[in-house]
Amino acid sequence: MDLLQLLSKIPDPEIPVVNIVELGIVRDAFFLDGESVQVIITPTYTACPAMYAIKQDIDKLLREQGLKSQIKTVYAPAWTTDWITADALEKLRQFGISPPGKVDEELSGVGKTCPRCGSNNTRQVSRFGSTLCKAAYQCNDCLEPFDYFKCH
Amino acid sequence: MDGSLNLKNYVLKLADDSLIFGQRLAEWCGQGPYLEEDIALTNIALDYLGQSSNFYSYISELELGGPTEDELAFLRYEHQYLNCQLVELPVGDYANTILKVYFFSVYQNVLLENLQNSTDERLSALSAKSLKEAKYHLIHARTWVEIFSKGTHESRMRIENALSELWGYTGGLFEIVEGEKGLALSAVVPDADVLKEKWYVQVVEDFQKWDLKVPENPFQHLGGRQGRHTEYFGYLLCELQYMQRAYPGCQW
Repeated sequence: MDLLQLLSKIPDPEIPVVNIVELGIVRDAFFLDGESVQVIITPTYTACPAMYAIKQDIDKLLREQGLKSQIKTVYAPAWTTDWITADALEKLRQFGISPPGKVDEELSGVGKTCPRCGSNNTRQVSRFGSTLCKAAYQCNDCLEPFDYFKCH
Repeated sequence: MDGSLNLKNYVLKLADDSLIFGQRLAEWCGQGPYLEEDIALTNIALDYLGQSSNFYSYISELELGGPTEDELAFLRYEHQYLNCQLVELPVGDYANTILKVYFFSVYQNVLLENLQNSTDERLSALSAKSLKEAKYHLIHARTWVEIFSKGTHESRMRIENALSELWGYTGGLFEIVEGEKGLALSAVVPDADVLKEKWYVQVVEDFQKWDLKVPENPFQHLGGRQGRHTEYFGYLLCELQYMQRAYPGCQW
């Protein structure tokens, strides 16, 4: 059984278009014996409440397969948005969330790209958004308000 | 005193700062000056809560059979908390709140910048993560202190009042806990005096941009790291601990 493939059925609780494997949250999964599975996960944002839900989802999914789960949280190396796969970044964009770039753009001042019309002529509405991982932006060209997934 | 007990004390001071400041700032929830700012401040408060949770769970792993994360957060008495007094002060008006966030953010930036190179792997990893968030907090706090400083007569007065009220509590950020000197010597944690110097240089540099002056009165309220707290602290703990005291062991 391909455990990573199985675990990629679990969507992120906050952004259901992407799954927990392509977000880089699941670092590894392997059988300890015939029925026990060790899943290694790494936390994203320090206080992200979704981490609790994710652990429950993993446990539930494995139990449905007749497996026992042992979830281990590792802190080093620390998770970064660079671990999100290219596929997942594109899914975020289609979902209406401007995906994170490779540098700390809040400091560099690089404009965010509107996920609707592709314009870079956008402005920050709020540094903090609906979840810890997002900031609120608006496009000056098509006027679409959108979320930006913060570079972390 | 053995090494792990020293480390426990040190991590406890980090955890307590974050927990108590998060709890205090959360008082603004639903009452911010406008919606985006309300969300911003509660996001910051949540980050602090997350930091404290990470630090408490590390402490609980340092001692086999020791207190759990929840017991550390909810079941200690006033004198057992090692947070500095700055973070427990009443929330105040928005200038007062934001200036506290500014002072604390500069502190966390110099602290975590250094702590991410700790020889302790867990502290290093947690610091590297929290630093990204602390940088963000600092940008936000700076924006606001600048607005207050350069805004109207009223806003200027508010930030100056906050400054004279809070300056005497900033020294407490750099107080050390029992055993910290030894940890600093073995490069597990940064030297508090070095942090203080870096913090001061940064604050003076920022203050020049905002035309704010460092208060002349050198008096500093100390004692938080030894468990001595202000009158306000007990009331904060009452609210924080209410559920666990009323319903022991209750879980969500």
